[in-house]
Amino acid sequence: MLTIDQLSLQLPLYTSWWKRDWATCLDKFSLTVSPGEVHAVVGASGAGKSLLAYAIMGLLPAPARLNGQLYYQEKPLNASRQRQLRGQELALIPQSLSALDPLVRTQRQVAWAAQRAGQASAHAWHASQQALDHYQLDARAQQAYAHELSGGMARRVLTAMAHVSQAKLVIADEPSVGLDPHQRQRVLNALRELADQGKSVILITHDLRHALPIADRVTIMRDGKRVETAPACAFQGSGASLTNAYSQALWLALPDNAFATAGMSRREQEVNVA
Amino acid sequence: MLKARQLSFHFSPSVPLLQDVSLTLRAGQWLGLSGDSGAGKSTLGQLLAGYLAPQAGDVTLDGEALPKSGVQPVQWLPQSPELAVNPRWRVGKILREAWTPSDAQCQAFGVQAKWLSRFPQSLSGGELQRICVLRALAPEVRFLVADEISTMLDPITQLELWQALKREAEQRQLGVLVISHDTALLERLCPQRLHLSEGQLKPW
Repeated sequence: MLTIDQLSLQLPLYTSWWKRDWATCLDKFSLTVSPGEVHAVVGASGAGKSLLAYAIMGLLPAPARLNGQLYYQEKPLNASRQRQLRGQELALIPQSLSALDPLVRTQRQVAWAAQRAGQASAHAWHASQQALDHYQLDARAQQAYAHELSGGMARRVLTAMAHVSQAKLVIADEPSVGLDPHQRQRVLNALRELADQGKSVILITHDLRHALPIADRVTIMRDGKRVETAPACAFQGSGASLTNAYSQALWLALPDNAFATAGMSRREQEVNVA
Repeated sequence: MLKARQLSFHFSPSVPLLQDVSLTLRAGQWLGLSGDSGAGKSTLGQLLAGYLAPQAGDVTLDGEALPKSGVQPVQWLPQSPELAVNPRWRVGKILREAWTPSDAQCQAFGVQAKWLSRFPQSLSGGELQRICVLRALAPEVRFLVADEISTMLDPITQLELWQALKREAEQRQLGVLVISHDTALLERLCPQRLHLSEGQLKPW
């Protein structure tokens, strides 16, 4: 479905107003996602996870330098194809809740998403209602403005927008941040459901523990590089089936596991990645 | 000792949020607080730090009301560091707003010198959160309310942040209220834990 081949991304960094450096944000990053798969991309903050999402969607700022290739359904995914497919076959569930229009009621926003995907307005309205019902947002939430929704509800509205667009590839950027366990489960289950319908889901998160139950494969990312891609079942016990020391450290640092750095210092981890 | 006595709080009179909530946080104590979204955890944290005033009851520090000016001895660390910093200030100025941490302290919290000349929007959430935690550790500070401060961090960064905070708290006998959804994390950090539900606190 989607193949990312040796993608490198550099962004300008102004150390002073006359001096421009380039910060490498993605470094020869490769990834494949198949239909029906939830592929979790897990990494520390600043690893370049969100930039990866923007690169796939073609939403990077203009001065970005991008190298490497993206393929969507075996064809190169270039800027014009991204523009054409965005909102139709490619959907992004953004990290920031400020992606919702503050002046528009929930249902209208979801209907707009359906219209952007090419549905007639009457049908779009109906589809938006169905999608919102599907994500258990009641009549009051459907008529609410963004600021009246709780964090969990707003996430579900964003998921509903991806749902009505009939997208084949859904990228969810940190969809479970700041939600209580019940709400988080709902949002993550909704993503699993999308994959079970044959869509591809890229789940971008730092929350390894809660990504595991719904993910098929997990790619660990660090400083813009891919550290390891492993099946979700490799993350168990002492993490012995993980091949990379950083993935193991990430797994063992979880509070339900050792909650310890596994005798590995930050320095050693860096050496391992290099 | 930070003491909340029979706090009641509501944003609108028809929806009471906290009712007769009492809580004591001793110096050096780590107390966990869990509860569903909307249960009032953050509100309770803000009441303890003096960001909100209760409709009934009071918050006292060693028997006295919280000071009205100067560096507050009870610091509230919010979940979203992006909203807690001035976007027009460089990170160095933000960090040194209340006090100037030593290089060793910066290092303990993983704060890198190169961040200091940048603006907050060019740091990641986790990096900014470490700045905010360090900023709140001025020498006058005796209690911290850590409101979901590690939710946006990966496991290793989360662990390092808590290890650094634990060391600092031990040295200075800081009392820390840890607010989180993550029960496994609370079990690791806090010997005593409370659950807030329907305006009432229960130990677990």
